[in-house]
Amino acid sequence: MPSTAVLLSQAFNGLALGSLLALVSSGLTIILGTLGVLNFAHGALFAVGAYTAFVMMSATHSFLLALLGGCAIMLVVGFAMERLVIRHFYARPDEDQILVTYGIGIVLVEALRAWFGGNSQRVPVPSWGVGATKLGFLVYPTYRLQLIGIVAALLLGLYLVLYRTAIGLVVRAGIENAGMVGILGIDVRRTFLLVFGIGVVAVGLAGMLYAPVVSVTPDMGASFMVQSFVVIVLGGLGSFPGAVVGGLIAGEVISLTSAFSSAYSEVMLYGLMALVLVARPQGLFGTEGRV
Amino acid sequence: MSLLEVEGIDTLYGDSHVLFGVSLRVEQNEVVALLGRNGAGKTTTLRTLMGVLSPRTGTIRLDGQPIHGLPPSKIARVGMQLVPEERAVFGGLTVEENLRVACLSAPKAWPLSRIWEIFPRLKERRTSRGRTLSGGEQQMLSIARALVRDPRILLLDEPFEGLAPLIVQDLVVLTKRLAAEGRTIVVVEQNVAAVLSFADRVYGFNNGHVVYEGQASALRTDPAPMRDFMGLAL
Repeated sequence: MPSTAVLLSQAFNGLALGSLLALVSSGLTIILGTLGVLNFAHGALFAVGAYTAFVMMSATHSFLLALLGGCAIMLVVGFAMERLVIRHFYARPDEDQILVTYGIGIVLVEALRAWFGGNSQRVPVPSWGVGATKLGFLVYPTYRLQLIGIVAALLLGLYLVLYRTAIGLVVRAGIENAGMVGILGIDVRRTFLLVFGIGVVAVGLAGMLYAPVVSVTPDMGASFMVQSFVVIVLGGLGSFPGAVVGGLIAGEVISLTSAFSSAYSEVMLYGLMALVLVARPQGLFGTEGRV
Repeated sequence: MSLLEVEGIDTLYGDSHVLFGVSLRVEQNEVVALLGRNGAGKTTTLRTLMGVLSPRTGTIRLDGQPIHGLPPSKIARVGMQLVPEERAVFGGLTVEENLRVACLSAPKAWPLSRIWEIFPRLKERRTSRGRTLSGGEQQMLSIARALVRDPRILLLDEPFEGLAPLIVQDLVVLTKRLAAEGRTIVVVEQNVAAVLSFADRVYGFNNGHVVYEGQASALRTDPAPMRDFMGLAL
């Protein structure tokens, strides 16, 4: 039985992992909900984000500038992907969309490997995040605490965009019925472009923020992608609150199970998903028959 | 020149040919009903007018300007507005949000107060999510969402379908009010008695062809053409 200190530490790790999963899954779920495209390149885009932080950090030596520059780069990557490839697949069958996004994912990962090599890269922890913070009952790495705060602020920002702006209104309506949004005079193609861009920036930011915590490798997004698929099923396809709550639950399940046996951490996650699907097939926040 | 002129449109669903050379016209301030049996091509005609389906051949002109082949968003911006058969209310959005989405791209959108005056029930439920509304309330919201855009032509697809008789009565009163206010409406409806009570003119459809054109008043006095041309039971 692990000690209370270990369990507390794992609970905080779960919060950090969960908030990142929430950010990754938010991007995945709004793209799936609005565009109807399950983006299998999402994990590769996570790695692209991390490498963007690596390059920008090397160039500017400022984590903040790296984040800002990284967002701009991810937005361009997202827009280019939507315009050049994804747009041509909206009317195609699901399997075509899966194949093309999976293919893009392979191309992106191999491009990273060709460019930066297969060895891992390190992104330094920003100067304001070095060291550990005493929480009274626990000493915890400062950057990980900040990571939780930054992701919470980003998710709040995304919430405000989705629930307090006209663009968000269109996106939420589009998640339910993109065709009807078009009938109401709104050019959904422009909305789709924007949503894809926001989704890619969200996953890229998650990669950038995670980069100082782990080794940056071309394949680093693979496990995040699989876990984020579980998260959006848990939370309900196309649901932003579902992605956030599902992400936090998944993060805690993985981390707390690891305190007992790391081999079972993902087994527990899939077990939980199976239970939720039996009790509530549309997911925690999903609506029956949607997406 | 009529407000809406449709000339010889053919529309296909995949390989299935649904409309054959459909021509019709709609004048300003006129209520035109499209009648016919299920599968006769009425809904397909409305969806083609809205741009949801593109005609293979033929022309559609609104105020003389060709609109065939344009996407629905552009057709909506020139003043055509479809209230679809399935209502398509955004269930996760509140009543007010549903209306606000509709206003976004409408240059002359109504103030919501005007909608609340016509639909007091929707005002009471303005903060309720679309999915919690009854069928009648969803239909009201679907019509309100179209009206708030102040369309030049309102396309109503089966507005009374699946609703309780009392609700249908209310909606008939509402449609009569809109007609009396001079709104231009094209309506598809199985409830022939209800629709003939406010329509000015009728097109009869059969197997994707327009087989009849006449005044609604003539059908009110002599309904035989509905049986003879459109195959409708009298």
